[in-house]
Parts: sequence; C-alpha cells; structure tokens
Amino acid sequence: MSKKLSVTICTGTLCYVMGGAELQVLEEYLSPEIVDQIEISGSPCLDCCNQDGAGKAPFVKIGDKIISEASISKVVDAIKEELNVE
Amino acid sequence: MAVNNAVLMRRDLLTRLSTLFYSGELELKVDRIPLDLRPKGVETSRCCVYKDRAMLRYKVMALLGFNIRDEIDELTPLSDYVKIAKERTELSKEPLTVVDDVCSACVKVNYVVTNMCKGCMARPCMSSCNKNAIYFEKGQAHIDSDKCVNCGLCQKNCPYHAIIYIPVPCEEACPVSAISKREDGTEVIDYDKCIYCGRCIVSCPFGAVMEKSHIMDVFNAFGSDKKVIAMVAPAIGGQFKAPLGHILGAIKSLGFDDVIEVAKGADLTTENEAKEFIHKMEEGQQFMTTSCCPSYTAAVGKHLPNLVPFVSDTLTPMQYTAQIAREQYPNDILVFVGPCLAKRHETFCDENADLMLSFEEIGSMFVAKGINVGTSEAMELDTAIDSTSRGYPVSSGVMAAVNAKIAGRVEVNPLVINGLDKAKLKELKSFPKGCSANMVEVMACEGGCVNGCNVIANPRVASRQVGEIVKNG
Repeated sequence: MSKKLSVTICTGTLCYVMGGAELQVLEEYLSPEIVDQIEISGSPCLDCCNQDGAGKAPFVKIGDKIISEASISKVVDAIKEELNVE
Repeated sequence: MAVNNAVLMRRDLLTRLSTLFYSGELELKVDRIPLDLRPKGVETSRCCVYKDRAMLRYKVMALLGFNIRDEIDELTPLSDYVKIAKERTELSKEPLTVVDDVCSACVKVNYVVTNMCKGCMARPCMSSCNKNAIYFEKGQAHIDSDKCVNCGLCQKNCPYHAIIYIPVPCEEACPVSAISKREDGTEVIDYDKCIYCGRCIVSCPFGAVMEKSHIMDVFNAFGSDKKVIAMVAPAIGGQFKAPLGHILGAIKSLGFDDVIEVAKGADLTTENEAKEFIHKMEEGQQFMTTSCCPSYTAAVGKHLPNLVPFVSDTLTPMQYTAQIAREQYPNDILVFVGPCLAKRHETFCDENADLMLSFEEIGSMFVAKGINVGTSEAMELDTAIDSTSRGYPVSSGVMAAVNAKIAGRVEVNPLVINGLDKAKLKELKSFPKGCSANMVEVMACEGGCVNGCNVIANPRVASRQVGEIVKNG
C-alpha cells in the first residue's frame, strides 16, 4: 500500500483554546477504512498562528495542505477529498 | 462543553481584553474591540453591523465584571467601565448577567401554529384549549400569547401536526426552574433557586447568559504590591496537551507569585471525609453523600432540605487549599483557577479565597501572552500529594479516593450520581426514605468537573488525561 496521508493537528495553546481541543476526537468521526489510510499526529505548534494571511486558528495540516478554522467536519471533508473517497 | 461560535466569541473577547491589558492599552483601546470584530462591510450575524457591535459591547461589559442591567445608557464608553473596574474592591454577589437585547430572541409562548394549518372544520386545537387561547384568522389557527399557558394540548390534538413546540433552551436546560421570562420576554435568574450549575450559560445559542468575570480584578491584583497566588483545581490536568508540571508552570508565568495545586486540599478532604464516613456509619447513619461539588450542595440547600443531614460536613478541596494558602500568605491575594460557575460562587463565599479565574479565562490569558503551555518551563510537582487527589475531577474519582482511605475499615456500598438533572434530583430526594448505598458521590456535571461549564478540552479527552496523571502519580 502507498504511503499514509499525514494529518497533523496543532495542539499549541492558541489552537487548543480556540476550538482545536475538540479535534482530539477526530478519529471517532472517520470510518475504519479511512483511519487505515491516514496517520494522525499532534504538533506542539504548526507555526501558522503567527503568519499573516494563514487564516484563523485552529490549524490542521493534511498532507501539504493547511486547513484554518479547522472543525471536525471541515477536517473530515478535507481528508476525504485528499483520499478521493466519498 | 461543546465548542460553538458563541463559546469561541467569548474566548476571543477574553483574549482581546487580556492582550490589551498586557500591552498596557486596555483603557485606550477597549472601545475598539466591537469595531475590530465587526468592521464595516463584514458579514453580520444579526440584522446589521451596529446591532452586532452593540451585543459585543455588552459581552465585554460582562467580562469586565458588570451587570448589564445596571447600564444607564449606551453613551458610557467601555473605557469608563474599565476605570470603574480598576477602582473596585468588591465583587458582585450575583455571578451571572443576562444580555437582554440578545436574550429576547426566544419565544414567549412555546407553541406556534405553522402555515401547515388547514383550518379544518373540527378544529380540535380550539376545543381542547382550556384557556380559550386559539383564534382563527384568514382560515388558520393562531395562539393568543396572553392567554396561552404552554400546556401543549393544541399540539397533541392537531391531526396535521401543524403546531410545533419551540423550546427556550436555557429554561429547558435548567434543572431547578431558576430561569424564566419577565414581562418583556427577557430571562431573569432567581437566585433563591439557582444552583450555579451553569447549564443556562452553555445552552443559550446566543451566549446571552454570561458570567461576570473576575479577570479585571485579577489584573488589578497583578498591578498591586501584594503577591498573587493561584490555587489550581485538579481538572486542569486534562485541559491542555501538556504534562501537569508544564501547565502549572505556564500559569505561573502569567504573573502569579506562586501556584498551589488544589489536589493538596483534596488530600485533606479525602482524609476527613473517610473519618467522617466511618464515624457516621458507626453511629448508625443510613448513608452519607460527598460535599465537594458546590452545585450539588446548593441543590441540597435550596431544593432538597431532607438531604441536609446526609451531606458530608467535610470542606471541599478548594476550601482546604485556601486555608493552607491563607496561612502561608496572610495578606496576599488568592485566586482559585477552576472549571465552573459553581466554583466561582464557592470562591465568592469562601472567607479565604479572593478571586476566581475559569479555565477558559486562563486559556485566553495564555493566548494573549503568547504562552505555549507545552514549551513552558515546568514547575516541580508537590510529591507529597496523594495521586488519588488528582483524580477528583472525574466522576467517581472522589469515591475512589475516599474508599481507598477507608481501606475496608467499614463496609462501603458506593453509588455515583454522575450529573444532576430533574430526574436525578427527584431520585436524590427519595434517598432518606431508602437508599441502596451507604456512600453517595454526587457531581452536578456529567463526567465530573472535566465537563464544567467553562472547560477547554473535550471532557472525554480530559478524563483520559486526568486518568493518566493519577496512574503515573
């Protein structure tokens, strides 16, 4: 099987306070088939919060793509899009 | 607590206030906050940008610690409120305030006839209504809000399901009917009934019920020549993605002179509650309940008088910690850092503790000061603290600690009441007539303090993290 899609959730304090804490339960919203194809990890800071134009926290990195104002549903959709699954 | 836009807006406002405080520009720029959040041309959440700004202004007022109904008129700028807050020495007794202009969005009468009404000949809605509140206009039924008593009979009897029930979320969430509408449709809290569970805050989709924050008073304390001591509730262990020592270190770096874990006081609660339990069982008392959830003890005091003799007399971990801290710092300022409104009220009533910051407020202060908890300098943990004391904030944690301390000296038949609602209150009321257990732990929030009304982390994630701390303690 090809390399797994990396999903990196920022667990920095800014992201965590601004709603990112909820993303810790992301896996519960994904089917086992999708979970098999991805690798979820946390990052102490994706370094997006201090960059102009990066959007608002919380941030999640899916592959090379940065998702801003990440919510469970937004991240689930982005993962499905990357994996090309329904 | 589920994260939603109302919650995030409150955190955003707290962060902006803290940022201005730390940069020394609070008075100068506080009036800009509503404009910065709703600049010209942006999409608004209500009718227009001006209404949005007015609502945000009222929310800032609450966060500055004011009762919104005390406002004379809108011409008083927020900077004036900051000035008043800087001078004040006393906290408001009532911990909540309602943002009226937002609040009135809810219906006065819970039943509405939709346009699915066929205006049928039988008109069972009309014949079932005992209050004569149904009238017909242009071939459809309507409800006279002055006559309707929300009995719901019209809805039950409509063969077309054309009548719907619209809840008032805060009233529905309140387990003790302490919040109700005034004549003008805005909600008012009856403090003779309120048990400070915070459900109204969490349930209002407009974020119209707000706690009067002590954040300004904490800022004042930082500016005074007194030391400022943080006493941190054990639920903090699950609030950030970082080890406990780092979280405590990060709190210290906000400007506190010392940080004390409330788990230290929990050691005393465990010890004394175990002793008290053994004593009461030997005396032949039927059962004993825990006393550390102030929302539960308020519920007993205001709604379950027959339970009073069964509640443990032992102080809460916060009260013991405040005693210890007061001995060490007789003239300084003690700030409790905790998860909920009930603890805010407990702090207000405690003779030793001075102020309270919620986890949300602490989190917003971290953001404002650019503190990343995970990379903060760790504080050394107090190794004398029993690990079970750090497990208090998760449902059945208090029971586990006290039970371990009793160590089989008397038999314990445990019962855990995990979250208070109307049904659970009724159940508790029946306990003096017969209770299957002899020790009852009660926490008002489902899951325990990790699910308090102003926590940051998902309660399940927080419980796991607290569990790890206890295990590794």
